[in-house]
Amino acid sequence: MSKLEEAFISVIVDRSAMAKIFQMADASNLVTELRRNFDAGVTRGYEWRVTQLKKLLVICDKHEPEIVSALHDDLGKPELESSVYEVALLRNSIKLALKQLKDWMAPHKAKTSLTTFPASAKIVSEPLGVVLVISAWNFPFMLSIDPVIGAISAGNVVVLKPSELAPASSSLLAKLLKQYLDPSAVRVVEGAVTETTLLLEQKWDKIFYTGNSRIGRIIMTAAAKHLTPVSLELGGKSPVVIDSDTNLKVITVRRIISGKWGCNNGQACISPDYILTTKEYAPKVIDALKKELEAFYGNNPMGSKDTSRIVNLNHFDRLSKMLEEKEVSNKIVYGGQKNRENLKISPTVLLDVPLDSLIMSEEIFGPLLPIVTLNNLEECFGVINSRPKPLAAYLFTKNHKLKKKFTKTVSAGGIVVNDTAVHFTLPTLPFGGVGESGIGSYHGKFSFDAFSHKKSVLFKSFLGDSAIRYPPYSRRKLGLLKTLVNSNLVDTFKVLLGLS
Amino acid sequence: MEAMKETVDQSLREMRETFASGRTRSVKWRKTQLEAIIEMVKDNEDKMCEVLFQDLGKHSTEAFRDELGFVMRSATTALSSLDKWVVPRKSNLPLLFYPATGKVISEPYGTVLVLSSWNFPISLSLDPMIGAISAGNTVLLKASELSPNASAFLAKTIPSYLDTKAIKVIEGGPDVATILLQHQWDKIFFTGSPRIGKIIMAAAAEHLTPVTLELGGKCPTIIDHHSVSKDMKSIVKRISGGKWGSCSGQACISVDYVLVEQSFASSLIEMLKPVIKSFFGENPKESGCLARIVTKKHFQRLSRLLNDPRVQASIVYGGSMDEEKLYVEPTILLNPPLDSEIMNEEIFGPILPIITLRDIQESIGFIKSKPKPLAIYAFTKDDKLKTRILSETSSGSVTFNDVMIQYMCDALPFGGVGESGTGRYHGKYSFECFSHEKAIMEGSLAMDLEARYPPWNTFKLTFIRLAFREAYFKLVLLMLGLKK
Repeated sequence: MSKLEEAFISVIVDRSAMAKIFQMADASNLVTELRRNFDAGVTRGYEWRVTQLKKLLVICDKHEPEIVSALHDDLGKPELESSVYEVALLRNSIKLALKQLKDWMAPHKAKTSLTTFPASAKIVSEPLGVVLVISAWNFPFMLSIDPVIGAISAGNVVVLKPSELAPASSSLLAKLLKQYLDPSAVRVVEGAVTETTLLLEQKWDKIFYTGNSRIGRIIMTAAAKHLTPVSLELGGKSPVVIDSDTNLKVITVRRIISGKWGCNNGQACISPDYILTTKEYAPKVIDALKKELEAFYGNNPMGSKDTSRIVNLNHFDRLSKMLEEKEVSNKIVYGGQKNRENLKISPTVLLDVPLDSLIMSEEIFGPLLPIVTLNNLEECFGVINSRPKPLAAYLFTKNHKLKKKFTKTVSAGGIVVNDTAVHFTLPTLPFGGVGESGIGSYHGKFSFDAFSHKKSVLFKSFLGDSAIRYPPYSRRKLGLLKTLVNSNLVDTFKVLLGLS
Repeated sequence: MEAMKETVDQSLREMRETFASGRTRSVKWRKTQLEAIIEMVKDNEDKMCEVLFQDLGKHSTEAFRDELGFVMRSATTALSSLDKWVVPRKSNLPLLFYPATGKVISEPYGTVLVLSSWNFPISLSLDPMIGAISAGNTVLLKASELSPNASAFLAKTIPSYLDTKAIKVIEGGPDVATILLQHQWDKIFFTGSPRIGKIIMAAAAEHLTPVTLELGGKCPTIIDHHSVSKDMKSIVKRISGGKWGSCSGQACISVDYVLVEQSFASSLIEMLKPVIKSFFGENPKESGCLARIVTKKHFQRLSRLLNDPRVQASIVYGGSMDEEKLYVEPTILLNPPLDSEIMNEEIFGPILPIITLRDIQESIGFIKSKPKPLAIYAFTKDDKLKTRILSETSSGSVTFNDVMIQYMCDALPFGGVGESGTGRYHGKYSFECFSHEKAIMEGSLAMDLEARYPPWNTFKLTFIRLAFREAYFKLVLLMLGLKK
């Protein structure tokens, strides 16, 4: 067996020898204990939340090398991607929360109307309570800690279940969160299907899940039993439409490469999945891709250390199957090299695979980029809208009309024009899907909101009480009510103050 | 059933085609529909009051106040605010991304299913529809079969006023709902009980359909008699109105039970009695101002709650029932056992338990021991108690010194939490309830940062680190070679 396979097995054996088996009673006791602590008010204070957030910052500052190392073990992730897309982004997210938490926590005044006069109203953010965060394997730190930041900022207690497909990261997360955060409010449960199922049987006040839509359905079904609200950050096939008027080589193609192979080697929920362009323009796109791919990864991309590897054999075989399918394997125009032992597939571009092929039917989540050509760029709308709504859709063009039509009619979680993937880093834009790509959103204040209940509060005074509110009902009262509804200001006042 | 399946298939197909055509996206179309709703209510006021009387025995004033007037106001608000609501919201992006721009656009989900409840069959059908239409969706309504006259009225009348290719009404009960729920919707809006809410959410999960569930719960009313003794007359009236004045207690935000200190209980009861009499006269059954219980089944449920001997023993006022007339007298209980059924399920009827405590502060713990309700009402001027209620309890909403009125306040989101529901609506929140907030970022093709791209090296790593920290000055130094 390969060195890699040996390494995996030794990790699994070690962990199961040391770990206690997580059982039904454990899940139930965990939730009971956390709920008790939540009810006791441990997480409600501003100071507590700030302390936890600051500790998370210390983790980012003091443990970056370990994080980078774990990500390298799990995914072969290049140091720059780990430092930037996981640690640096997390650092920013924590700092933003620290800076704005007071604002986020402050009640928000609401306008009252004549019908409720005299009154004042506000909307108060309160934590939902005991929250479960289930994260994914591709950005295991980012996708674990960012939702936890939201949960903590909003004052919840939280259980994190990291993905078992990134075991070194899962283990490190468990260790670091246990070491730094308040164990009466934040816990990590490691494990796979068994543990997740046990957790899902409990009653949570919110479940936040990042992963695929098949599991998303399972999560929501489990949540329905307890009427637990969910946020599901799923995925989809994010299309990239390329118009012929863009700065192709220098900007367009580089941004696509950066968003695809530069982001965990295409294994990201917002990876550019496939390209749509005209038959005429496609050769230029392919040309530019070839040139830039070589500039980025050299002429021996299998040897390049600048891309993550495929996460495991399961996914490697899945991607191989896509490439080997009849009518697909002969459409490779660049790349196509594979090495099962090293879990590597070179950056691969394909031209005009059949639209019903495997590679065009499911989210690729790997370093394969099909280009689908159209007679006319307008046809891209038909192609995109006939498929499930993706998490992201990208368009490269200078044409204002096309931009407008695209942003208006393409339904996706988010749309980026003239770039790819970067919107993930912007805390002022809600990040989430629609339809098959998910429910709910987060980042920045949206994270705080995702884990909060916005409670309406109305303060009424005893001044004036209109008899029309109460039985016995009469035609006269009906007439007065109608006046109220028809908002004749003077009459309304008279009625309200009981002067009519 | 086969015919119904075919009807549903066809309706959905047509709705999807209509949505795909883009017709419902236009603000003009939405406004036309909203105006038509207002017209429909105005033209059919008498007929609407009639069906509400037939289904629930509602007096026309109550029908207008709680349903017709409410719907008209809701549609009017949507009409006048729609232009504002549809405007994209700008987002500020960090300087590093200059000259990129960011914004959030509200886009309709697509095809929406509204399942409404029987207690306010007109408003709980039309109000969510107003939201769905304002947001540019196509919508299918299934009203409750337990209010058959209202349901039939809506099924017959809506097609004469609204765009039938986009807005559809189907009648039926649980079997029709089951057929509807097998299909894929882009959003489901349900008003009803938590039990059915779970079934709806599980069905929605099969298609990853987002849901808004407006459920219920036991809405407690705290009376801190020490701090509000001066205004007690008004308070008792408000509570009575909130219990018996709206659909005879069959409302999700009805006063369910009252919490009061032991020493005040009998005074409270003695104050409630004349108020009830002033509302309904000596014989409430004949007053014409008390809605009736919706069906025999619901009547039997209430009857069962009251027939528990320990509950019977706690009746201090009322208690009479008439199955044929589906009438339950306004009834007051004093300290029914806390483990009785009536104290463990939403009453949804004209029976008011008064639970006494040694100290009103205990009300907090009492409320916390039960599932989160849709609303908490508290009559108090004690700021400390107000703060405790707000910070230690959780509910859809809290109203101080009145009951039910939060429903009328458009600027406040209306919805539950935990067992009382998920999601919210009213006013702008209705528009948002039926919209997907789509993030749009637009970058420039003019300039680019080398450091974004592989092959990676130390310089690029340092650059990106500084960029993320928005340490612009240091970035400049780095680029000028003056920083390592």
